[in-house]
Amino acid sequence: MPQLTARNRHRVAFRLNGRQVEALAENRMLLSDLLRHELGATGTHVGCEHGVCGACTIQVDGAPARACLILAAQIDGADVRTVEALAPQPGRLSVLQAAFREKHGLQCGFCTPGILMTLDAFLTTRPDASEAEIREHLSGHLCRCTGYATIVAAALAAVEELRKEQKENA
Amino acid sequence: MSVNQESTGLVGRSMPRVEDAALLTGRGRYIDDLPTRRDTAHLAILRSPHAHAEIRSINASKALALDGVHAVITGDDVASLTRSLTVGVKANVECWPMARERVRYVGEPVALVVAETRYLAEDALDLIEVDYGVLPVVMDPKAALQDEAPLLHPSLGSNCISERSFRYGDPEKAFSEARHRIAVEISYPRNSCTPIETYGVIAEYDPGEDAYDVTANFQGPFSIHAVVALALKVPGNRMRLRTPPDSGGSFGVKQGVFVYAILAAVAARISGRPVKWIEDRLEHLMASVSATNRVTRLEAAVEPDGRVTALSWDQIEDCGAHLRAPEPATLYRMHGNMTGAYAISNLAIRNRVVLTNKTPTGLNRGFGGPQIYYPLERLMHRIADELGLDRLEVIRRNLVPSGAFPYRTASGALLDSGDYVAAFEAALKDGGFDDLVERRKRAREAGKLYGIGLAAAVEPSVSNMGYITTVLTPQERAKAGPKNGAQAVATIGIDPLGAVTVKVASVPQGQGHRTVLAQVVADRLGLPFEAVRVNTELDTGRDAWSIASGNYSSRFAAAVAGTARLAADRIRERLAAIAASQLNVEAAQVEFAGGRIFDRNNPDNSVSFNRVAASSHWAPGTLPDGIGHTIRETVFWTPEQLEAPTPVDGINSSLCHGFIFDFCGIEIDPATGAVRIDKYVTMHDCGRILHSGMVEGQVRGAFAQAVGAALFEEYAYGEDGSFLSGTLADYLMPTVMETPEPVILHYESPSPFTPLGAKGVGEGNCMSTPVCIANAIADATGASDITLPLSPGRIADLIFGEEKPSSNPQARKPAKARPGERQLTGEGSATVAASREAVWKMLLDPATLEAIIPGAHGVEKVSATHFRADVTLGVGPVKGRYRAEIKLSDMVEPEAVTLSGSTQGALGFGSGVGRITLTDADGKTVVGYRYEAGIGGKVASVGGRLLDGAARVVIGQFFQALARHAGGGSGGGGILARLKALLGGRS
Repeated sequence: MPQLTARNRHRVAFRLNGRQVEALAENRMLLSDLLRHELGATGTHVGCEHGVCGACTIQVDGAPARACLILAAQIDGADVRTVEALAPQPGRLSVLQAAFREKHGLQCGFCTPGILMTLDAFLTTRPDASEAEIREHLSGHLCRCTGYATIVAAALAAVEELRKEQKENA
Repeated sequence: MSVNQESTGLVGRSMPRVEDAALLTGRGRYIDDLPTRRDTAHLAILRSPHAHAEIRSINASKALALDGVHAVITGDDVASLTRSLTVGVKANVECWPMARERVRYVGEPVALVVAETRYLAEDALDLIEVDYGVLPVVMDPKAALQDEAPLLHPSLGSNCISERSFRYGDPEKAFSEARHRIAVEISYPRNSCTPIETYGVIAEYDPGEDAYDVTANFQGPFSIHAVVALALKVPGNRMRLRTPPDSGGSFGVKQGVFVYAILAAVAARISGRPVKWIEDRLEHLMASVSATNRVTRLEAAVEPDGRVTALSWDQIEDCGAHLRAPEPATLYRMHGNMTGAYAISNLAIRNRVVLTNKTPTGLNRGFGGPQIYYPLERLMHRIADELGLDRLEVIRRNLVPSGAFPYRTASGALLDSGDYVAAFEAALKDGGFDDLVERRKRAREAGKLYGIGLAAAVEPSVSNMGYITTVLTPQERAKAGPKNGAQAVATIGIDPLGAVTVKVASVPQGQGHRTVLAQVVADRLGLPFEAVRVNTELDTGRDAWSIASGNYSSRFAAAVAGTARLAADRIRERLAAIAASQLNVEAAQVEFAGGRIFDRNNPDNSVSFNRVAASSHWAPGTLPDGIGHTIRETVFWTPEQLEAPTPVDGINSSLCHGFIFDFCGIEIDPATGAVRIDKYVTMHDCGRILHSGMVEGQVRGAFAQAVGAALFEEYAYGEDGSFLSGTLADYLMPTVMETPEPVILHYESPSPFTPLGAKGVGEGNCMSTPVCIANAIADATGASDITLPLSPGRIADLIFGEEKPSSNPQARKPAKARPGERQLTGEGSATVAASREAVWKMLLDPATLEAIIPGAHGVEKVSATHFRADVTLGVGPVKGRYRAEIKLSDMVEPEAVTLSGSTQGALGFGSGVGRITLTDADGKTVVGYRYEAGIGGKVASVGGRLLDGAARVVIGQFFQALARHAGGGSGGGGILARLKALLGGRS
């Protein structure tokens, strides 16, 4: 990690959704601002900037993290994934995304990218997750529209679908 | 009036939403995602740390000197380019979008900075010096009515900005003849449905045309457009207002962004460049808008069988520091249905609107509903209990009877359709009420605290734009001219390839309007769902719109979708005529299905929809006479039932009235006071259901917000007016863990007044659920006075009685520890290795003070007893610069002195008084201190939980530094400290 000095801008180089990117960031710049305003990756949303709402959740080296609680300069050399990376190709949705559409797991969609990134990371490591575990992981996210029931239903439907796919591939 | 059933049947089906693919892949276009001009600058807002203060001066010279700062704008600058906002009542009061001369709530804008980046703009905020003269505050709506209350607006001569009394039927007679009079008194708290996306505005000004162009995540009503244009002193056609394609939720709240649309527009004009502002979370919680808090006394005249013959309402509505448009609408939105779901023909209402030192109020989901159903349904519960009747029976006896619809209420609402009794009975049966009673019995037998709550409500939707004029007297209304109706609009366009586009002014905030409109129009034109595209972005410079446009009062399904249907009908009629001429049949014989138009009696005789649809573009001369064209059809629709208030103040405040009956079982953990919602059943009659998935989504979403309002959420203020809920760790929204899944039941009574038979459904549970939960808590605890939110502390009070002061009070504890108050007291002593005279000199010496005041940069001696310093202090993660004033008084040299200090900075303010005593102890001096301090502003909003400890540390540091500076030991005087002091010697 580079030495931080006041008023300097630092070159930050990292992988974003599989591509190497570089940007200049002030010491104090948040990663959420770097992603959204310097790199144009506006799929990551900012809801509170103090780590509670979870809307800005991304994956850093495979683990979910709040982009609003990370300084841009800290990300040098890391592998970052955002919601833009989830769909397998343009015009298609991942199993998780498709389950959200099917089960009406979103309304305004503002909190959704963060929720998808948390669930994507979790289901990758725990494809057989139980409802209780899913709820626990979702509890780090605030959604004001849905009342959560359809989000849980979407996550469970995705687990079911992933299990089916796994069986077919086995 | 009959309702046509669709033939192809997309309507009513739970289609996947057309909105979702973009939102799920990060391609939504919310306000902060939109492209802006390259020269766009960023706006940041300096906000008042005080709830009530005079602004003596604003010095922006340091801020303006900062590189990258384009402008610093004060309230007077804004006033020079604008007009005071239109106020909805007749009152001698000014209402500016930001403070001038005086601040009236914590978070009120005081100065605007326009800079190259948001980071720089916020740097500049810290450099603006504002000199405030703090004034006494009034926070409680009842206290605001007292003669001795501090006045917010001296021109009003009172804090009561509106008072009206109403009577319908003969309430006096009903009360005098009643066998029982039963009353409740309720203080409904402040809360908000707080969307996850905050406000945002992008504004430009064109000096060549004297025209503003503003994009904001505004949700309507577009009557507010008139308020904005009037404030900016331009005709409406020079105030172009646009909305982004996507919005991150609103629930009414984003109506309040209009104030910032005005500020950003002025900032763009003054700075000469486009200006962008995205509100941060603290700003949103502290100063966006809130629902009103209300104090209500509601009394009923009751027969021995529980039949209510009259209601008398006395409502004191707290709209905060300014009456902002469209307030006092919260108070009048429900005016037609103040008798709820009940047939009560005698009604008295006294309404007072008061101003207090809180954030101005505005739209919030449920708008006025929670504030009336909480008292009304608590009252029905109390009536049953006081008369020893069954609670269900009291509700049943009072419901508007079956077969009475459309039913005119005492205050003038026309309840359009329904069978409340049947829906109520169906809810009890299908929702398993008897099982729940059994469950309660078993739980209680097992020693648990278990209660059942009930609530019945009428959910109004499609507001009459004239209801707010009920606040005016009939004479004032006659003078101003009648206001009524609610124009909805939809446009259907057909392009040269025959493709259909629907355009509406409904400004969705995530509900899926585009999907439902595609269903409605595709059904009518016999097209596949995918063939119809819908655009819901609104641009007042280009689109069809009116004052009722926007997303509020649950008007979409009932009004907007219905209007789209009417537009589709008109286009269909003309397409049928064109097709008939091509098919050589009568128009009445023509059918639309599967993308073709055909002869019903001979389906092979057909022509493609696109071909017929495109003919107005390519071959207008071939169209049958009198058809005109099918290129574009715009329909405006306003229901005739939405009449202006009558001369006797009758008002049909809404077009549609859904019915709700809820019941729930809750269990309280007696050890923690935590509430678990064991079962929640909610029955809705929202007329015809257009999309069952979305209806359920609306019900669940409102329910979750209502669980928050019932159990967790409150915009809390300290007695000094400090705002105490400035983070999402303080303002607690329910997570998935606290939100149970309700059982949702439906009873469909189509509205005879809407084109599709649909009614609104989005707000009902915000109205019914808080009181349903409160009634269950009352049932579980036996308590009669229940105040929201029912936090574990409040529940513990209900179970065990209020917490008593400790029998062994510690001197260091605050004398009175009221919730929310940030009063600190403390005392201590330090031994200093110097004579009393030497210590005395130090206290009067700026160089010493600089060395010992924690974080001091430069201490300036104003007079022998007055010092000024710049101080940097951190509370938890929040570090800020403050300007400190320190004064010495009551000086008894060299024995005692009183030190009073105040600090002021971007992050807040503090003040305190400390008495310092110097006692001789063998040539050394014992410095004793005792202090009282209070802290407010931003640090109180975001750091409340850390503040007490942090303040004690800072004060302790001061005295320890004094001891060290004098070469003495520190506070407790440990051996190591004494050793250090000996080695260190005198400085």
